[in-house]
Formats: sequence, C-alpha cells, structure tokens
Amino acid sequence: MSELCEALEALDRPRIEALFQRALATDGPLQVIERLIVPSLKQVGDGWHDGRVALSQVYMSSRICEDMIRRVLPARAPGHGGQARMAIVVLNDYHMLGKRIVYSVLRASGFDLFDYERMDVAEIVDRAEADRLDILLVSVLMLPSALKVPELRSALEARGVHVRIAVGGAPFLFDTNLWREVGADAVGYSASDAVGIVQQWMEEAK
Amino acid sequence: MTTSLQRVLTTLGHQEPDRTPLFLFTTMHGARELGLSIQEYFSRAEHVVEGQMRLLEKYRSDCLYPFFYASLELEAFGGDTLFIENGPPNAGRPIIHRSEDIDQLEPPSVAKAVCLFRVLETIGQLKARVGDTVPIIGVVMSPFSLPVMQMGFDHYIELIYEQPARFSRLMAINEAFCVEWANAQLAAGATAICFFDPVSSTTNIPRDLYLKTGQPSAMRTLKRINGPTATHLASGRGLGIVADIAATGTAVLGVSALEDLALLKDAARNKLTLLGSLNGVEMRRWTADEAEAEVKRAIAKAGRGGGFILADNHGEIPWQVPDDVLLAIRDAVDRWGRYPLNWIA
Repeated sequence: MSELCEALEALDRPRIEALFQRALATDGPLQVIERLIVPSLKQVGDGWHDGRVALSQVYMSSRICEDMIRRVLPARAPGHGGQARMAIVVLNDYHMLGKRIVYSVLRASGFDLFDYERMDVAEIVDRAEADRLDILLVSVLMLPSALKVPELRSALEARGVHVRIAVGGAPFLFDTNLWREVGADAVGYSASDAVGIVQQWMEEAK
Repeated sequence: MTTSLQRVLTTLGHQEPDRTPLFLFTTMHGARELGLSIQEYFSRAEHVVEGQMRLLEKYRSDCLYPFFYASLELEAFGGDTLFIENGPPNAGRPIIHRSEDIDQLEPPSVAKAVCLFRVLETIGQLKARVGDTVPIIGVVMSPFSLPVMQMGFDHYIELIYEQPARFSRLMAINEAFCVEWANAQLAAGATAICFFDPVSSTTNIPRDLYLKTGQPSAMRTLKRINGPTATHLASGRGLGIVADIAATGTAVLGVSALEDLALLKDAARNKLTLLGSLNGVEMRRWTADEAEAEVKRAIAKAGRGGGFILADNHGEIPWQVPDDVLLAIRDAVDRWGRYPLNWIA
C-alpha cells in the first residue's frame, strides 16, 4: 500500500497502473479496491488534512484511480447491490473542485452515486425526493453556503425526505463546530472521510 | 501622534512601533453601515468610500481596504459576477471553456475595463481624504491564482500538470494584466498591493511544483509592480515555503490559522512581515473574552520585534461577523498590543 501511496503522491501514472495490474493478477476488483485503493486514497487524503500533501495531488491521484476502477468496474445505478442511494452536490456556491474529488474517491472506492453538480435548496429537495436518496453529501467552499444547510435540512424534512446529510469544505475545516451548528449528521475533513462515513451509515442501516 | 502609516512602516522594517498594527479587512461591512445591499454598495465608488471611512472611524483599523470582490478581474476578461445577500460576490461561469481557448485569449486593457474604474475612483477619493496617514491597500489576484476563476480549479490543475505550453501562455497573459492593474491602483493612490495567491499555498500545490510555476510567475510579476506588495495565501498553508515566497520580492505574507504563528514567525523573521492569522470563520461566534484571548495569543506568538500585523487569516472578514466582535478585537489590540510587550512570559 505504501508503494501505491508514494506513486499516487508523485502522480506516477505508469507505476500506479503497474501496481494496480499486479494486484488484479491475484485478487478480484472488489478486493483490490477494498485492500489497496481505499486505504491508499485514505492515506493521501489524511496527508492533505495534515498539510503533507497538496490538493492538486489529491485531485489528480483520485482521478487516476477513478479511471482505473472504471475500466474494471463500470458505473452502475446508485443503490445497486445493497448500496445506499446517495448523491453529491455543491450547495449554492460555484466551487466544484471539492465535490469532484469526493466523487472520484467514492467512485474509485467502488461506490456509485448521483452527481447533482451545483444546485440550490429547492432543486436538491426535488431531486432527493425523486431519487429516493438515503445519503446526501454536501460540498461548499463559501461560509454563506454552509449556513444554508439548515434551510436544506428543513426543506427536506418538510417534503418528507429523510436523508442523512454529510458536509465538507473549507468553512468546516476552519470551524470544527460548524457542522453540528448547521444540523449535519457528519462532517468530512478530507475526501477519503466520505468513504468511512458512507461505509458506517450503510453498516448501521443493515 | 503616530499615524497608522508610520506604525505599519515601522513594523515592516522589523522594528517595534507604538503598538501592533491592526488590519481589519472589512469589505462588505460598509454596506451594512450604509443600509445598502452588497450589490448596491459595490455599484458606486462613493458608497465604498463612505463605507470605508465610517468603518475606519468605528474600528480604528490601520488600513483602508478598497477591495470590491475578486471576480471584478474576471469581469475585465468578459466574465460575470453573481451576488448573494450575505456574502462576497462569486465568479460566474468560467471564461475559458476549453484549454484551446487560451490560444486566443488576450489580456484586457485596464484603461478600457469600465468595471475596474470604480475601484480606481474609490482609491483616489480615499487618498484625498486620508493623504499619507493611513495605508490604502489595493488588491490584485496573482496571475497564478486567477485561472481558478477563469477556467475552474479542476481544469486548471489539469492544465498545470498536462499542458505546460498553454499554462505558460496563460501566465504571460495574466501577468501582463496583473502588472497593469496593480500599477493603475498605485497610480490612483494605493500605498501597497495585496497580491492574493492562494494556489501557491502548500494546501493547494506541492512545493516542488510551486518552485516551477507559481514562484517564477510571482517573481516576474512583482518586480514590475511599482510599489510594495504583500502576498496573501487566503487561509492556505505557507510554512513550508516562507523563504521561497520571500525570494519573490514581497514584503508581507498573509498566513493561515491552520498553522502555528510562532513557527511562522521563526521562519519569516527579518525576511517577511506576517499578516494574520485570526480565524474569520470562528470569529462570527466569538464572545468578547474569546476575541481578547485570540488577539493576545497571536500577539504573544508573533508580535515581538515587529514584523507583524494582526488581521484575519483570509483577507476578508465574513459578513456574519458582528460589530461587537470587531470592537472587542480593537479593544484587545489597544490593551495587549502596546510595545514593549513586557506581559509576554
């Protein structure tokens, strides 16, 4: 795993591919994802949270892994095979990078999810209801967008959409109480945290 | 009596002034003072001048900050701005839709960019009001960070790694614009230029990549700006590149609340003046006691020997931060920022 982490941080695509193929020679795609890709991306994500790894490395390495996984495990409809029905969205603001990284990390970790891109509260409620979501991942960069989460929560409940909300983005890094203040169910401080949150919620739902 | 400008110049010389300078980067709070929406407020230079002067009187900050919003520069390139009622205006859709668009892109002329005139008018009017007593801080986006708005951060990262020729062309375009825009603000009366460069932060790119990209761009740009500059990483981390940033020729570094101010001070001593690093997001719910404790902690870590200006860590205080907190910060600086700082153990 550390070998793959090094290659991911160096964005050494040929080496990453070689390590991936070597793992696939002895294990199936799901085992490779579980034992190699998920822990390696977590280590890279933790490195960003600790200040050892830069966002550009997290982004490019997650895209490389997403590409590799797509080849062996094509995307399916969210909710298949007992997975939670989940979606990711940028709430109100226009900064898409964080959402893009989390989406790639989740896809590279074997999850399928709806990508709502950027939406306001009313649009999210409509889609969440139509897609019968279990989990909603909300990405923001701007503080005013983070402060919109209570409105989103209220609007979802008023519509009878009972969905667990995980939030992430810069305002939550700078104020570690903010996620509770806005009524989220969990917070992710790096992209790979989303994997742990989703896994835990799926376990609890069993 | 020491003026704000004298106080700031003394600390920039790594000497101790009468007290720690305080830069309260209140951009939107002026709208509240005038009872205007944020969009209305930024629609006329007169509003911003009046807002800045009222805030100066209220908080006794040691600078004036005629910064409107970052996407004004995108407007100069043909983009647009999206206003919200309770926060800074956002950049609209990118103007570079495909990387090939860079091949046709040209730097806009500041003299023809009507959207920028309001800022120049604001600076000119503020200068007429305060003369050389209070520094007027102009703002530019760094050529290396502007592409986040021009093309989106994800596509920009891909450009940096995968298309070096187009990246170089984009830097040349942005550097030409940045130099002209900075120098126009200086000519209008700005005392110094704040060079916002968050992409260069180690939060966003690794140091080895910064040394090949953001640093040379900053070096080329800053040496053509006809006045002092302060590099601001807009909450991003910078401890690992303090000496590299100093080598660009900047005088000041805006630092993050995520890093230890004492370690930053050690790294920057006699090379850069530090600017920061109060946590603007937490600030909106501070009590007066918490505000005092945070001010005291920052001054204790970075105040000795000068080379320090107390400010928020992002370069813009959120709209949600109430007056009470800003006044408590002001009072705490008056109480704990007086030199010599003998109260520090």
